[in-house]
Amino acid sequence: MPNMIVCVKQIADPEAPPTSFKIDEAAKTMVPAQGVSQVVSPFDEQAVEAALKIKDAQANSKITVISLGKNFVMDVIKKPLSMGADELILLQDPAFDGGDSHSTAYALAMAIKKVGQFDLIFCGRQAADWDAGQVGAGIAEILGIPSITPAKKVDIKDGKVTIERVITDGYEVVECTAPMLISVSNELGEPRYPKLKGIMAAAKKQPVNWKAADIGADASKCGAAGAKAKLMKIFQPVKEGKCEIISADTPEEAGAALAVKLREARLI
Amino acid sequence: MADNKGVLIFGEVIDGKLAASTLELLGGGRGLADTLGEPLMLALVGSGVGACAKEGIAYGADKAFVVDDAALKDYTNDAYVSVLEKVVKQVTPNILLMGMSPIVRDLAPRLAFRLGTAVSMDCLKLEIDPASKLLLMTRPVFGGNARGVYVCEKAKPQMAAVRAKVMDPKPKNDSKAGEVVNIAAGLDASKLKMKNVATKKEQVAGIKLEDADVIISGGRGLASAEGFKLLQPLATALKAAVGASRPPCDNGWVSPSIQIGLTGKIVSPSLYIAVAISGSSQHMAGCSGSKNIIAINKDPEANIFKEARFGVVGDFNKVLPAFTSKVKELVK
Repeated sequence: MPNMIVCVKQIADPEAPPTSFKIDEAAKTMVPAQGVSQVVSPFDEQAVEAALKIKDAQANSKITVISLGKNFVMDVIKKPLSMGADELILLQDPAFDGGDSHSTAYALAMAIKKVGQFDLIFCGRQAADWDAGQVGAGIAEILGIPSITPAKKVDIKDGKVTIERVITDGYEVVECTAPMLISVSNELGEPRYPKLKGIMAAAKKQPVNWKAADIGADASKCGAAGAKAKLMKIFQPVKEGKCEIISADTPEEAGAALAVKLREARLI
Repeated sequence: MADNKGVLIFGEVIDGKLAASTLELLGGGRGLADTLGEPLMLALVGSGVGACAKEGIAYGADKAFVVDDAALKDYTNDAYVSVLEKVVKQVTPNILLMGMSPIVRDLAPRLAFRLGTAVSMDCLKLEIDPASKLLLMTRPVFGGNARGVYVCEKAKPQMAAVRAKVMDPKPKNDSKAGEVVNIAAGLDASKLKMKNVATKKEQVAGIKLEDADVIISGGRGLASAEGFKLLQPLATALKAAVGASRPPCDNGWVSPSIQIGLTGKIVSPSLYIAVAISGSSQHMAGCSGSKNIIAINKDPEANIFKEARFGVVGDFNKVLPAFTSKVKELVK
């Protein structure tokens, strides 16, 4: 019956074709083309899944989802609820704008303090937009609890947590005591699809909205003011894009012709 | 903060020798230290790692700090963060460099927060800004679709975790002099909550991806574990390793240990044959260093064709067997 908190982020769909993102030099960010949908960052969905697996096995578990962001799309950010999470807290405030890992971790940690009770906190290993991979460790440092990344399996029994941490060519089994924070990787496996019952239940739930003042956040530690890393510039590497397409009357002939081509180019 | 001086490398020891990534960091770090006119230092943390201090000096360090303690044999986050915090506070470096290893992925962010500074992970390039003398750190963002250049103006040390093979080692010089300083771990066992109880290595049959000169890689389009088996005859014929993009790993068709991409392995073979891989930024971040990319995909608009040198647009079920059989005939 652990109390669990999952931190998730809403982002533009990272599976959209790379060409549908353009650099905005002035704003120093990547802007998705119109029509690119918003999604829950994929690793964060896996973090939700990690919590749900524990909830499946242990009665009376509770999952609270917290998200910091703006322009939330309700159908998107409610997905963890439709997957089976219990509550959703949204942190929205202009004070949070322009933040980095430090200010984001600070705001999330302050919100978690306000939630109060927790045994496990889950995050995705990195948000699939900025790929920084630090917010989880930051939250844990601020709360003074152990943290680990990237995890592919998590279990908790009588306050003892067992984590499988991904390493090159395998994994480590690490034991720790709750409360702690775990950042989850894709090796955990595909997150579940919401069922109709879950979607109906989520539709009825209203998220809790908190601003910086509601969580007692110090303005100097939020958003741009609290950031320690500064992005000087963002650019896209130049690609040559000169692919020679081997065509033939049938796919089989094209396959054989490709082999001949590679031989001619001394690649095989 | 103004007193922070020098470039400190967090060294890693594998099988009693400095890791290749550590030699690379010593090579790259030497250049940064010389540009700044500051010393290059090495920190070794673990059990039985002290013997490698001299090797670090021979590869460019002016000074080595060693924390050698049996309690540090296996990596755990709380013990290593505590020790590194102590070392950094004693050494007060201007810059702290680490290699992008499984340890550092877990260690670096937590250490940065402990020290009240920022770290840039997975860096592809480091340089000193001539005007500010600050470290400019370039890293992939948006799944490898773009690069961000970061600077840490407000805190020290400036921290970067650097991707493998981004920097080059300097030649070994056994006559180079340098001081070795031992630092006590000072661990309080009662405060440590984490314990590594087992390390499980998965044996991958055949050639390792990191060592392979040719890689055959499959993606979501292969649709099943059976689809993946079609790659094996080609891999055997070309003495190639088999890799995968993320969806086949997440779907359990193949072991996650063969995933190539931003969150998997980073490879740079001579020949990379991508079968039914769309070429997401996330995947390309792991293979764009390949000398020649060949694509087989049924979607002519697939991003992989923007990165490939040769390609065939078609269903792999038809293209691949014919390609494989012709390859076998040609390489015989």
